[in-house]
Amino acid sequence: MTQARNHRAYWRANLRLLALLLLIWFFVSFGCGILWVDTLNQIRIPGTGFPLGFWFAQQGSIWVFVVLIFVYVWRMNRLDHQFGVSEE
Amino acid sequence: MDTQAWTFTLVGLSFALYIGIAIASRASSTRDFYVAGKGVSPAANGMATAADWMSAASFISMAGLISFLGYDGSVYLMGWTGGYVLLALLLAPYLRKFGQFTVPDFVGDRYYSQTARIVAVICAIFVSFTYVAGQMRGVGIVFSRFLEVDITYGVLIGMGLVFFYAVLGGMKGITYTQVAQFCVLIFAYLVPAIFISLMVTDSLVPQIGFGSADNTSGEYLLDRLNGLHAELGFASYTDGSKSKWDIFAITAALMVGTAGLPHVIIRFFTVPRVKDARISAGWALVFIALLYTAAPAVAVFARTNLLNTVSGQNYADMPEWFHTWEDTGLIAHHDWNGDGRIQYTGPHSDVRNELTIDRDIMVLANPEIAGLPAWVIGLVAAGGLAAALSTAAGLLLVVSSAISHDLLKRSLRPQITEAGELRAARISAALAVVVAGYLGIHPPGFVAEVVAFAFGLAASSFFPVLILGIFWKRMNREGAILGMTTGLLFTAAYIVYFKFINPESSHSDAWWFGISPEGIGTVGMLINFAVSTVVSLLTPPPPASIRQLVEDIRIPQGAEAVSEIHS
Repeated sequence: MTQARNHRAYWRANLRLLALLLLIWFFVSFGCGILWVDTLNQIRIPGTGFPLGFWFAQQGSIWVFVVLIFVYVWRMNRLDHQFGVSEE
Repeated sequence: MDTQAWTFTLVGLSFALYIGIAIASRASSTRDFYVAGKGVSPAANGMATAADWMSAASFISMAGLISFLGYDGSVYLMGWTGGYVLLALLLAPYLRKFGQFTVPDFVGDRYYSQTARIVAVICAIFVSFTYVAGQMRGVGIVFSRFLEVDITYGVLIGMGLVFFYAVLGGMKGITYTQVAQFCVLIFAYLVPAIFISLMVTDSLVPQIGFGSADNTSGEYLLDRLNGLHAELGFASYTDGSKSKWDIFAITAALMVGTAGLPHVIIRFFTVPRVKDARISAGWALVFIALLYTAAPAVAVFARTNLLNTVSGQNYADMPEWFHTWEDTGLIAHHDWNGDGRIQYTGPHSDVRNELTIDRDIMVLANPEIAGLPAWVIGLVAAGGLAAALSTAAGLLLVVSSAISHDLLKRSLRPQITEAGELRAARISAALAVVVAGYLGIHPPGFVAEVVAFAFGLAASSFFPVLILGIFWKRMNREGAILGMTTGLLFTAAYIVYFKFINPESSHSDAWWFGISPEGIGTVGMLINFAVSTVVSLLTPPPPASIRQLVEDIRIPQGAEAVSEIHS
């Protein structure tokens, strides 16, 4: 495989990963925290006083954001090695 | 020791620590001064970014705002954290690979245009000054309330300190002081939160505590608060009252604005490798999340404690803190019905409200309302100062590098020597401190409005240009300049109209699509994206060298090599 083709394949894999992670990002914040918040508020998190939608807006989305970034770092480091474009 | 002695001791100790660090990490080159020699470890950079990002607004005002807004306050929680996902995934690694010092550097080089560079410099300076005025004001308020020093002297002391470590140490000094400031501020935020959580709910973790049962009545705290709100005629705490699309637009504008703020982006230029840029955004968000997930808990505790302490009680029985804040004018009681009691009621109640409380005092007053020991109150003062000073220093550095690097070195006087540029950077940092201090002592009456402006501006100007510059090779100079200008003008016009020219008409009927001036940056951003794309397609593509540059920043390999060539 030529270097240019390798770089294109790396970039496509990167974009696929970005699309997936940003979909989750949108789903937990704009989705669960805003658009569907009233429906989700009908549900209580068992054993707590949190309505589910309210919890997503003030707690859950933030923790998911943190996890998303670490998943991204882990997957990207693997991609870097797989396509031989890492810095070392 | 009394509260004031504790406050002096803790604030004094924290200041001594910052000065010690500043002396130990002086800058000796422009590389040190702008990007700390690109040698900062990712975890340290994450902490510094967190301190840089969390300002007096996050520390002092946010929990108070949420406490009064309930669910509607979620826009700040999601908006000011979700932006880090965009930063980490879409900007940080590529800008680090690009390997320059500032955001205008990227805009100017990627769009092969001095005009684009100058537009970016102006945006960067405007956004940063807006912000810094608010920080200096925060410093003044903490000083005047806790140390009973005049606001002017408070601001002068703060200026002196920032002057010392920003002018001397540049980014290197700032980064290591910010690490210390993060530790001070997070400790100061979490200690009272944990104390109060234990007092109210028996839960050690505030994030869990505010979903637990109240330890006196056994009822869930949130249910109890909703009950109190209904009784007193306030909107339900967990439901809020803003329209869905307004919440959506404000959250998006804050997220995108965060990702477009120059003082946040610049932090990702300080790490050694692309890999480190990715992970330091992750660390930054971990450290930010510690405070941002505790804030809604603090808001609920503060709201419940406040209602329990004041609502329906005799004015004569009010504790000392009530009168201290009354003296500052931030709490006011007017006994309309003359029964000697405090009727604190919301818009849906038949009883006339007799109490006004400034939202900004909730975090500062919370330990006193809950009756915590004196040293905790001193700690909160030190934390508030750490938050304000760390953000102010980061912003001043953006202003200084915009002047000495982007304006002098890259535009007006390219032949300037390294020593000359470093001197210019120090002088402009010093001037920026003076201007910021002046704004802190004589604040324009519209600081709060102007902050909405700063986010809208960052969202509608920088973000689309940076994203398209990385992800779309066909994006060219004409598209960038016209996109930035239209996005900026549209957003600015909307905000200026509703905030300054015709503030009486600013309500949801008059707003376009029911979107408030705080959220209009989202529309400005979409306009910018549309204009950039259409104009780029109608004008000649960028030169081959630029397409090569874009290819290059997409691949981590060779990061050091690229930055060596540029610097």
